[in-house]
Amino acid sequence: MIYDALIGPFTEFEFMRRALAAVIALALAGAPIGVFLMLRRMSLVGDAMAHAILPGAAVGFLLSGLNLFAMTAGGLIAGFAVAILAGVVARSTGLKEDASLATFYLASLALGVTIVSIKGTNIDLLHVLFGNILAMDDQTLLVVAFNATVTLLVLAVIYRPLVIESVDPLFLRTVSRAGGPAHLAFLALVVINLVNGFQALGTLLAVGLMILPAGIARFWSRDLTVMICIAVVAAAVSGYAGLVLSFQTRVPSGPAIILVASVLYIVSVLFGRVGGIVRQLFPGRHLEA
Amino acid sequence: MAAVHFHNVTLGYDRHPAVHHLNGEVASGALVAVIGPNGAGKSTLLRGIVGILKPLDGSIHLGGLDSRDIAYLPQSAEIDRSFPISVFDFVATGLWRATGLFGGIGKPAREKILHTIAAVGLNGFENRPIGTLSGGQMQRVLFARVLLQDARLIVLDEPFNAIDSKTTADLLALVKHWHGEGRTVLAALHDMEMVRNHFAETLVLARGPVAWGPTAEVLTPENLLVAMRMCEAFDDSAAACAADDARSRAA
Repeated sequence: MIYDALIGPFTEFEFMRRALAAVIALALAGAPIGVFLMLRRMSLVGDAMAHAILPGAAVGFLLSGLNLFAMTAGGLIAGFAVAILAGVVARSTGLKEDASLATFYLASLALGVTIVSIKGTNIDLLHVLFGNILAMDDQTLLVVAFNATVTLLVLAVIYRPLVIESVDPLFLRTVSRAGGPAHLAFLALVVINLVNGFQALGTLLAVGLMILPAGIARFWSRDLTVMICIAVVAAAVSGYAGLVLSFQTRVPSGPAIILVASVLYIVSVLFGRVGGIVRQLFPGRHLEA
Repeated sequence: MAAVHFHNVTLGYDRHPAVHHLNGEVASGALVAVIGPNGAGKSTLLRGIVGILKPLDGSIHLGGLDSRDIAYLPQSAEIDRSFPISVFDFVATGLWRATGLFGGIGKPAREKILHTIAAVGLNGFENRPIGTLSGGQMQRVLFARVLLQDARLIVLDEPFNAIDSKTTADLLALVKHWHGEGRTVLAALHDMEMVRNHFAETLVLARGPVAWGPTAEVLTPENLLVAMRMCEAFDDSAAACAADDARSRAA
């Protein structure tokens, strides 16, 4: 019975195995990005970027239908354009990055919705918004895995400047010029991972598998490395449980995965070791030092 | 030989000068206090020296020094203390020039970092997240990083703000030690007594130079009054700077 519910879907159906492989790849790459988004106080920037890539994906969809390659390419172009434009405007004018990004993503979102509404149907719109794990084929899975690999490699390269820029940006600027390129590369990684989440989660929720695991991790550790590991595990568990939930109840996979992550988040808020509510209400006796 | 040479330098933001028309030089190995009221342009000047801020006009030359030879201690308010990083890792960033993006931190480097942390009196604090430190302890951490950078020019932005007398004395001893080693040190300060007692040279700043020279001659009530009265004008409709007109007429 438990086997049928939890493991059966994956042994029985190939698309479920592909979906599981995809969410684990998303977890491995997206969760570390989410941790940095959160620590750099850019959680909502990720959300804004998710909207910003819509017109690119919509143009890809108009040109070649529900083809993830075209939609990914379009999304990447739109996302990079918005990320780089917003980054350049923020760095060259003194406007805060969030304000700059808000302008660009709103324009981009309006354009995207317009494009989808001109040609698409309601079903298409649902697919774009919420993803469709059933449509995951081998090629799509390879794209997801490739993007995840690129993400981890680039993150390894920019890790040090990214950390130093987050803590002490002025110091980094005195010792290195790596801060600016690292920040832009990081924004590019955000876009790649958002587009990566399209198929499984849809445009609206793609950012969820980045931000929620990061939020969960914050309640369990004060150490960056441990935080990243917890976020990856939380994302992978949410992905797996979400897929099972989606399979058993027929709700779309994207919302199912994010709902599971939300439950984990609520549990963390309540019982987390670092700043959890229960811990604050019942802290125990104070320590010697 | 001059370590820092200002040539009619103007530094500011968006055409509004925070410091304008500064000329002069800091001798190699000098220990210079930069004083002036809030808004006098002290931090801006230091940012110009370390290369974070490009001059609006004029130039700053660092005699033979490149960015590797400069250590900068920003005001602690600029640092995100909520970021989960340990004292050890934070201090280790001082080795950036040796390690870069990928360079490992081997056993000798680890020992050097531990030694540096001990040297600022933070033995046993290596694994503490910086968010759990007091203001004075954080300032010691920042000094440890400067120490590790082993730079010839050291630029300190209000390094003794809001810290107790014991910490101040310890860190001031470090500053004097650097001076004794022949390093050039510039520090933005507010404590006149400290400047009088420990800094041989002083620049009184009030959006432009008020006086610059031996502390005993420069730190006069008259100069301080001039600095206090300085105009903190930030006027969007201000005309272009008249000093430049006068200069071009003279030329």
